[in-house]
Parts: sequence; C-alpha cells; structure tokens
Amino acid sequence: MTITTITDAVLAPKDYGSDQEVRWCPGCGDYAILKAVQKALAELGARRERTVFVSGIGCAARFPYYLSTYGFHTIHGRAPAIATGIKLANPELDVWVITGDGDGLSIGGNHMLHVLRRNVDLQIVLFNNEIYGLTKGQYSPTSRRGTQSPSTPQGSVEYPVSACAFALGAGARFVARAVDTQQAELVELLQRAHAHHGASFVEVFQNCVVFNDGVFDQFTAKDAAPDAQIHVEHGRPLMFGRNGDRGLRLKPGTLALEVVEVGDGGARPQDILVHDETNRALAQLLVALEPPEFPVALGVLYCNPAPSYDAEVYAQARAAGFGRQPADLDALLRREGTWVVEG
Amino acid sequence: MTLSTPPARQSRDSVVIRFAGDSGDGMQVTGSRFTVETALAGNDLTTFPDFPAEIRAPAGTTYGVSAFQIQFGARDVMTPGDAVDVLVAMNPAALKVELKDLRVGGTIVADAGAFTERNLAKAGFPANPLEDRSLAPYQVLTFDITRLTTDAVKDFGLSTREAHRCRNMWALGLMLWMYGRDRQATIDWLRRKFADHADLARANVAVLNAGHAFGETAEMSEHLVGYTVPSAPVEPGRYRTVSGTEAIAWGLIAGMRAAGLEKMVFAGYPITPASLLLHTLANLKSHGVITFQAEDEIAAIGAAIGAAYAGALGVTSSSGPGIALKTEMLGLAIATELPIVVVDSQRAGPSTGMPTKTEQSDLFQAVHGRNADAPLAVLAAASASDGFAVAIEAVRIATKYMTPVILLSDAYLAHAAEPWRLPDAAALPRFPVRFHTDPDGFHPFLRNPGTLARAWAVPGTPGLEHRIGGLEKDYDTGHISYDPENHARMTRTRVAKIAGIANDIPLQQPALGEDHGAVAVVGWGSTYGAIHRAVDEAREDGLDVSHIHLRYLNPFPRNLGDLLKRFDRVIVPEMNNGQLVQLLRAAYLVPAEGLSKVEGKPFKVAEIVHAIEAKRT
Repeated sequence: MTITTITDAVLAPKDYGSDQEVRWCPGCGDYAILKAVQKALAELGARRERTVFVSGIGCAARFPYYLSTYGFHTIHGRAPAIATGIKLANPELDVWVITGDGDGLSIGGNHMLHVLRRNVDLQIVLFNNEIYGLTKGQYSPTSRRGTQSPSTPQGSVEYPVSACAFALGAGARFVARAVDTQQAELVELLQRAHAHHGASFVEVFQNCVVFNDGVFDQFTAKDAAPDAQIHVEHGRPLMFGRNGDRGLRLKPGTLALEVVEVGDGGARPQDILVHDETNRALAQLLVALEPPEFPVALGVLYCNPAPSYDAEVYAQARAAGFGRQPADLDALLRREGTWVVEG
Repeated sequence: MTLSTPPARQSRDSVVIRFAGDSGDGMQVTGSRFTVETALAGNDLTTFPDFPAEIRAPAGTTYGVSAFQIQFGARDVMTPGDAVDVLVAMNPAALKVELKDLRVGGTIVADAGAFTERNLAKAGFPANPLEDRSLAPYQVLTFDITRLTTDAVKDFGLSTREAHRCRNMWALGLMLWMYGRDRQATIDWLRRKFADHADLARANVAVLNAGHAFGETAEMSEHLVGYTVPSAPVEPGRYRTVSGTEAIAWGLIAGMRAAGLEKMVFAGYPITPASLLLHTLANLKSHGVITFQAEDEIAAIGAAIGAAYAGALGVTSSSGPGIALKTEMLGLAIATELPIVVVDSQRAGPSTGMPTKTEQSDLFQAVHGRNADAPLAVLAAASASDGFAVAIEAVRIATKYMTPVILLSDAYLAHAAEPWRLPDAAALPRFPVRFHTDPDGFHPFLRNPGTLARAWAVPGTPGLEHRIGGLEKDYDTGHISYDPENHARMTRTRVAKIAGIANDIPLQQPALGEDHGAVAVVGWGSTYGAIHRAVDEAREDGLDVSHIHLRYLNPFPRNLGDLLKRFDRVIVPEMNNGQLVQLLRAAYLVPAEGLSKVEGKPFKVAEIVHAIEAKRT
C-alpha cells in the first residue's frame, strides 16, 4: 500500500510514548531502553504511523504497549516471523523487533537464525538479562554456567550462547552491542541500526533488578567500566582503559587477540588493531572477548550491508509482472488447454 | 505383415484405466496426458493419482509403484471408479500391487520386456504370470514395449537409459489409439517440454506415434480392439481440466481481487501434499502474489498473520502435522481478530502417517484443535473444481468477519483433476474490504454491530496507531484487560461472531433427493463424488435416500439440524474414524451413524451403496 505523506510537527521523545502505564519493576533496565528508543525515534524523525514495533513474549515484549507507534505483541519467540510478514506485505514500513534472551535465543532461536540469514530489513533489539524474568527467574540460554535459579537449584550445567556470536554465525550483516544505562551510546547505536538496510541486530545488556541484579556489574559498574569495556569505532584503533592506554592486538603467531599497554616500554601504537566494521573475522574475535581477561566489546561490531530480503523479493516479483495491475484473471484461467462445448 | 481392415470400434459408456509402473516410469505424466486428450474428446472424467512417498524407490519394488487412475465416460463422472477396466502394467511390481482392483474380465496391458527374471523376483512372483495360467480371469495383452521403444528411437542417438525413459509414451500412444483419442495436444506439449532438447522431443513423439501405429496395424487385432466412448452431455461453455490445487490457488487470487486487496502474501513450508500450492502460487506473482518459503510451519503462519496485520491477504497452507504446529498462531489470529486463510491438505495420520495418502481426519483439529475457547470458520472443498469457489468464500468470510478461516482439502483433491467450466471473472462475487481510516473515536476493537468484526486498521494510516496482541483486550477500549467480566464478554463475542456467519451463508439443501425421507447420507469434502453416485444408484434401485453435502463445517448452516431431523436415518461416510458424525450428534442430538474408511484411499461407490442398502428398514 502507499503511505500517506503528511507533514508532522517535529516530535519529542515523549511524543513516542503511549498513554499506557509502564508496568516493569521499578529500577528495571527496560526503562532505560524505552527512553533510549524514544530518543532515537525523535532524532530519526520517525513517523509514528509508519513505524511498527513487534515483540514476542517476556518482560521486554511489553515494549510496544509503551510506544505511540503501531505495535504487535505476538507470541513467544515468533516476532521475527510476523515482522517478516509485515515487511513482505508493506516494505515501506519501518519495523522493529523487540525480543529477549529467552524469546529470541531459546524458543525463537530458529526464527532469529533465519530472519538474520535472510537479511529482512528490520531492527532487532535483543534485551539480554541472562534470566527468564516474567516466569520468575529461571536460567536462560545466555545464563552463565552455575547460575542458580528455581529450576537449577544446584546451578546450571549448561554452557551459554553468545547472542552476537550467534548473530554473526547466522549471517547477520549488522551486529552491535550496548549497555542499557549507557544512554548516549545506545541511542547512537539504535540510529545506526535504523540506517542499515537489512537485518540489524543490537544486543543490549539489560539488568534485571529482581532476579539477576548486578549480573553485568563486572563490566558495567562505574568503577569497573573503563577497564572492562571497549567501545569500537570504525577506522579507530581498538583502545580502551581509564587512561586510554590499553589496546588490542593480534597475539603474534596466533589468531587470538591480546590486551597490551601502549606507550613507554609497552606496545607500539601501530601494533594496535584498527577497527574495521566490515571485517567479519575481526567481529568474531571481538564478540568473544570476556572479562576479566578482556574488555567487553561494545558499539558496532560488524556492519557490511547487502541487499535486503524484502527488496530482493519485490525485485523478483516486479520482474515477473507483480504490480502491473490489473492482471487478467480470465487470461489466467484460459491460458492453455481449454476447449469449448457448443450449445 | 498382413494388412487387414481394422475391426469396428466397440462402444463403452464409461471406462476406468489405471496406469501403473515404477515411480521412475513417468506414470503420472502418462496419466495426465491421457486426461488432457480425454477431456478434449469431450468426456467427463475424474482422476486419482496414487504414488509412493519415496521419490525414487529402488527400481522394480512393489513399494515403488506409482499409479494414475482415470474414469471417463459419456455421462457425469464423479469418482475415479471402483473397479479398473484396463490395467497398464509397466513392470511386474505394478501388476502385483494393482491387480486386486482389476475387475474380472478386465484387460491387462503389460510390457513383456520388463518381466525379466530379476524384476519378477523383486516383485515376488515365483513364475512369470504372463506365461502361466494365473491371469486367466483377465484378458492379457503383452507387448515388448521396451524393445518397441528402443526400435522407435534408434535413429535419434539416445542413450539406452534415455530410450528406456520413453517407454511410457509408447503405452500412452497405444491407449490413445485404443480409445480413439487425438494425440496432437500431447505432441505439442512434448515439443514445449523438450524445447531445449530437440532430439528428446522428436524421440518421444516418435515413440508416442509408434504406440499409436501399433494399435492401428497390429496383427493381433481380434484381441486388440478399439473403443469409442461418446462425449458426455455437458453445459455449453469453455472448459479446462483443473486439479484441486490449481482451483484453490486461482480461487485465492479471485478472492483477493473480490476483496479489493492489492496483494496476497502466501507463506508455506514444504510438506506433502500441500507444497504444490506454494509451487503454483510462486509462479503467479503477476497476479499480486508474494510467496514466502518460511523456515518452519510456525513462521509460515506467522508471516501470514503479519501480512494480514499490514493489510494484505495472508494465506498459509500445510497438511495435518504442519497445521498442528500452527495451532498457537491460530490462537493469536483469533485473539487479534486478523483475517487469514489456512489451507489444510489433509493426509493419513497421526504424526507422519502416510504422507501421500488421503484422509479427512483433521476435521476435529480444524474445528476444535486449539487451547481455550477459540472458534474460527471451517470450510471444505467437495471436488477439485469446487476449490475455486470455496477459496473465494474463505477470503470473503475471513475479511468480512476478521477471522482465520481453515479451508479443508485433502491429498486426493490436491492431485485429482476434472473438467471445469470456466467462470467469467466479471461475474464473480465482489466483497470489497474497507480499511478503517477515521481516527475519530477509534480503537482497534471497535466492532461492526452487524458482523461483530473489528475494524481493520493497517500500519501506515495516520492517527490510527494502536497496539494489539495475544493478551485479552478491553471490549470498550482495546487496551489490555484482566477484568473477569470483560473476559467473559470477549469470549462470548468471539463465539457469537463466528456463530453469526451462519446467517450469511446459504441454507443447506440436499445435493440429491428430497429434503426429508428415510435416509440422508451426509458428507463433506472430497467424498462428494462417491456419495453422490452411490445415492444416485440407490435411488435408481427405488430407495428413499438423499445426499446432503456440507461446505460449511463451522458454523453449520442454520437449518442443518432441522433438515437432518426430517430423515429417519442419517449415515455419515467419512475418511476418518468418525468426526463429522460426532459433531452432528453433539450439535443436534440426531442419531447419526458413521461409515468410516481409513485406508488412505477414497471411498468406492459400492462401499457406500452397500452401507445404504444395509440400512434399509
């Protein structure tokens, strides 16, 4: 369908909020993400009538109710499938998928794999709190080994999946990572995700204050963050640390990264890797970095656009005559092998 | 060779032929081409393709036998036929498997060249049945089709394997001669099919002609008799043959147009026997169709729901096990009141069951198979061509009532073909959708007071931004609600909306016979032809019996209960263990009696006639 073009007044972040009372637990990281999304929408000048938020099930999935855009709260794990249908029906719509670690990587892991592989033009924001919150605290597919929960009283014996490594493995062409409370970077990443045509995958580390409080403190706490986070930027050296003097370089003779001090007695600046967001191999090294040995990599880890699924589907359909209406139904029924019985 | 005058052709009212061979022998193609030539000759006909689930079972085995049955005649033909008149057996395994359906006195046409020791052993024949007396009750015509084919193609430079693959055309040529059929349409078709392989096109045509010429010139002409089957009296008009799959595909497109929708998003996941619909629609993009092969059944219906939400006609299709996977999504479509059409090509189950064999055992699943109180509309196609009208009706109900509609087809209808008098597109029904555009007083669960359908407001419409989902909604605002009385009201509203469709569909009429009497035979779906013919025969025998056939399975037509109560007995033949019979008993407290067949094959007319006569009081 065609979108009616209207001239909107410039909208403020609050204009993207709905009249519904927000029902997350006080202190939940979701509030920060909601705020960042509203801010990003305002900065993008998003039209509410052509913006659709689609979610599955879980705490994160309540998200669409708190926005003034179109929204569809679907069923557990299936938001990517429904979002794909929306894009196939109307590629002009701007469609966001809101999901969580259980929704997107457990029950909906299959859909996540395929929506990324197909490169459907969506922004997919995965809230990772390493726990099932809405069902009262069971361990999730991203929970670390040993996580004690109602269903694993002796601690989980499973190995967790890395959301961004999964996304890269699935063939995602845009993979980024952020922390819920680090607003400026989150807003910027959401805008980058929006600018990318194709499936954009953004993992947000989101603190669950009730069932998993502080699970990311090791790299998100104020005092720890500078030495435990690296904010990657295309074309810039992979440097971090409270003094900005630590860097990542290829460990000589291996395909592994190592943290080095730069400067007197340390590594030379030219030894430090420069971030190339189009380099999948580098992205795979970055997403695997874990504290305490390494900083957690945040920012746009990988961005390497290719034509989106919906664009390709429509290009093929148009080449086959789609849109040249009206196609002749009588001609379809009569196209070959008919005969006439005379009266 | 002695030239002799061909004997006069004998006349037959109707004939049943079954082409049978290895799954690599091209029996489906052979049957389909015979069907086209027969239709062009003006006979009425019905076909029944019957093939194994294995794509290429080991050659020569009984479980690799592929068959294609056609009944054609000078009168109304409604079934593929109970007993086979002519069995074309391309190898011993085909003879072994299919002989049981050949009537005593029927004809066997066999490729003697394929009755080798090796093939006989694979089929489990201790001795060659063509050479002993075991086939004495039948008329046996044996030809070394393998050698005759090789002779016919010797000038074309084909490999032995390529030459062998032309054998089916020889058999087809002979059968076309035997029934006085033209073969030009098949020659044209071969030239199109092998447009890029002129040698294969010429070789196949040569073999087809050789089979035909053999019939005309054979010395054994006292055995090899030609027949005529006069054309059937049919309504004037333009005709074509149509399979159930084609009819549903075209009906969905016609329905989309009738609803004034710009596009259909058809999402499917490969499954036998439903994949054909995906394949058919993938080639119809110029008619406003976008097809999507999803990663699984759930994603397929999810995409259909997403498409409906965004204002397109959302359609998905599957067979029993796949429909089971879609169940939760059907609940979402019911809760969010979005219009989608779900085509179920039923097959024998449970679980994987017999994927290529037909059954009608998803009726309970369609009507009741969801968590909670979750009603939707259910329709069934009665014949291959009926799929067209039923698909249009499914789109009408889905879009008018904002509801998912399940359209029940089955493995038999998916492949079966019959002649169809083509409708005039301009004369088809129109039921244009009106998307909601007025922001004044809008909420997404505003209802049409007549139909109880909610407003269809699609993303892209300014001022109507709204949120929907699987959570219960407040009746008056559309917001999330956990209010107990509201949930009761919404539940009753969803039920009333679907029940109300009964006021918008035709009253149930008997398909044959009076609207009262001793016996009603009540069916639904693809059993139409067999029931109709059986009731017709029973009436000719003087029995007081009527045929009632249901297109609408949920809701039922509003007069159905009264109609059934005007009969002393109600017999319900179904290709399941008794599902409609239970629904009828539950709905109307009528003492309906089931007649169940669960063999993966359609009813024979005689089976139903027998049941009617057994009920004679």
